[in-house]
Amino acid sequence: MNHLPLIIKREYLTKVKNKSFIIMTFVSPLIMVALFAVVGYLSQLNNDKERTIAVLDETGVLSDIFKNTEHTTYTLLTSDTSLETAKELTKAKEDFGLLYIVKSNDTTSVLSGVQFFSDESPSIGIMNSLEEKIEKKLEDTKLINNGVDIEQIEASKTNITIAQETFTGEKTSKIDSYLKLAFGGAAGYLLFMFIIIYGNMIMRSVIEEKTSRIIEVIISSVKPIQLMMGKIIGTSLAGITQFAIWVVLGSVLMLVASAILGISLTEMQSPQQDMMNQAMQNPDIANEFQLGLQSFFNLPIANLVIAFLFFFIGGYLLYSSLYAAVGAAVDNETDTQQFMMPILMPLILAVYVGIFTVIEDPHGTVSTVFSFVPFTSPVVMLMRIPFGVPIWQQVLSFAILVCTFIFTVWFAAKIYRVGILMYGKKPSYKELYKWIKY
Amino acid sequence: MNDLLVADSVSKNFGNFKALNDVSISVPKGSIFGLLGPNGAGKTTLIRIVNQITMPDTGRVLLDGELLKPEHIQNIGYLPEERGLYKSMKVGEQALYLAQLKGLSKNEAKERLKYWFDKLEIGDWWNKKIQELSKGQAQKIQFIVTVLHQPKLLIFDEPFSGFDPINANLIKDEILQLRDEGATVIFSTHRMESVEELCDHIALIHKSNKVLDGKLTDIKRQYKTNTFEVGLQTDTIEAVTNAIKDKFEVLPATFRNLNDDVKLNIKLNASDTSNDLLSFLTSKAEVHHFVEVIPSASDIFIQTVKNN
Repeated sequence: MNHLPLIIKREYLTKVKNKSFIIMTFVSPLIMVALFAVVGYLSQLNNDKERTIAVLDETGVLSDIFKNTEHTTYTLLTSDTSLETAKELTKAKEDFGLLYIVKSNDTTSVLSGVQFFSDESPSIGIMNSLEEKIEKKLEDTKLINNGVDIEQIEASKTNITIAQETFTGEKTSKIDSYLKLAFGGAAGYLLFMFIIIYGNMIMRSVIEEKTSRIIEVIISSVKPIQLMMGKIIGTSLAGITQFAIWVVLGSVLMLVASAILGISLTEMQSPQQDMMNQAMQNPDIANEFQLGLQSFFNLPIANLVIAFLFFFIGGYLLYSSLYAAVGAAVDNETDTQQFMMPILMPLILAVYVGIFTVIEDPHGTVSTVFSFVPFTSPVVMLMRIPFGVPIWQQVLSFAILVCTFIFTVWFAAKIYRVGILMYGKKPSYKELYKWIKY
Repeated sequence: MNDLLVADSVSKNFGNFKALNDVSISVPKGSIFGLLGPNGAGKTTLIRIVNQITMPDTGRVLLDGELLKPEHIQNIGYLPEERGLYKSMKVGEQALYLAQLKGLSKNEAKERLKYWFDKLEIGDWWNKKIQELSKGQAQKIQFIVTVLHQPKLLIFDEPFSGFDPINANLIKDEILQLRDEGATVIFSTHRMESVEELCDHIALIHKSNKVLDGKLTDIKRQYKTNTFEVGLQTDTIEAVTNAIKDKFEVLPATFRNLNDDVKLNIKLNASDTSNDLLSFLTSKAEVHHFVEVIPSASDIFIQTVKNN
């Protein structure tokens, strides 16, 4: 009798019909987008704020560098105004602040004589921009005083981009590496999140069956391993459903939000767009961009997708069977801590190895070894694959993963079978070992 | 083959703990079989072995003459002592799910559920969640789910716990009716009065061993001590009492009666019959009360457990 489809159906439907699951599914993207919109709106609000800064320049040479911008207006006070008067004037006009440059004979001593007065403490950004302006002017003045032609300096500035090419003649670029990193990182991280969220969900549902005491009723109809596999598969399907809804809903909401806030959002992006435009005009960078696009298409996309499916499913099943075993071993969620550590450790290790060593050297010893070790291989291998991993390595790693998966399911099923009928005490590792031998 | 279920020298160890030691029982077809024993004796282990939840280390179990196999699950209905239902699932959905796990088709399950819901007058619970029901109400659902697939063998572990007397009676009648319709029932409980009322056969398990087994009436016959409870009316209490004590082994008796002057438990002498005792008594005083003392299931239980 194969009850697996029936169990999967029930597990899936109960998860999907669960109120908090529905709320999480539909509210999370809303919250994310709302958060994004609020942050965007607020930062824009901040930028929009117009301020007037009064400048009292006793030297008289720096005045020409304070040019009004969109949000900042500079009021130049005549150099014979006294500091006290200037302060009062600024306060009376409710200006943002007063920049005071003390009179001095030579340019170097100006450095120690610049002060800024204001009620609100100014942001680092404002201060930086003021300091930069003055520094630039003083540097230029010094250069001129020393008889250096500034135009010559400007003309001698160089910017080099090393063109990269493989021995087979494919053109690559730095963007290529970033792109690979982004793909690998996203895949590995997605798996990590998926395991933690839905592994926990499986564990909770096992515990629920224990605490509601239905387990013995079910177990008298189906084999424990069927129930366990049904749970894992049903919950995963619910998870995939949730993820899919998140992606679709998230992108739709993003579009809607940017349509509503449309104008402001494009305004927000305008500096970057300017840069892009400039970049496009610059032949080197345009070339780089093209190469990036090209390297996206050069990614082993088919390999990436297939490997993603295999390693994602393999890794997820491996861990979720362990989660199910932990759920079976304990009576309530608070008792799970002790058993969670050994599950989370390799997972976290995998992510760290992925982030630190794969970036440094995707084919180095450490990354290669960890992409074979079964508990870290799904995450690390997914991160490595965009950089091009020989097929034999992928197949071998997956084979090891499958063998380990079969072993962990067997192991988890043993614990599950005994654990689901054990009530009352929290088992020790020694007892778990005994259960396996029953 | 008149036994529906036969357990043949079944043993089971958990680590160093012997849960069952060479236990054999035979459950006759169409009987209600009481599986008794103190807490922790091994009853649940035996029941789980019959349900194929655990496997015996040695020994074998036959259902209807066949070695137990996974397909037999459909022929067994099991109401465990530790029972419950998915709390947030609706009654109807849940009952359908559990029935389908027992191999019923969805339509068949629906039909039978309707019959049972009407019979127990709980039709309007279909769309309620289990957590909205009381414990007794949930137990009713649990009972229905246990018997729905019309199994040949029904195993009830403390079926009446959680029921009020009215509902307990209702369930008891249902169990008897199922028996009359041909089902065989294994009944595990600590409530001796329901054993007395329901069981045809009993087996007593104590400290992992079977210590007693057979037809309840046979066992009672075996345990009876040929003692009679007697109530007499006389003016000369002391003389009568002494006369009886001279001839028989006597114990004081306590039973409720209207103004009997002498109340005694009298053990029959080996050579006598009850008629001999009765005629002796009638010659001494007026006999108001004369009953053979039959050991109750509870007495037998306590005595057996103490002696082992």
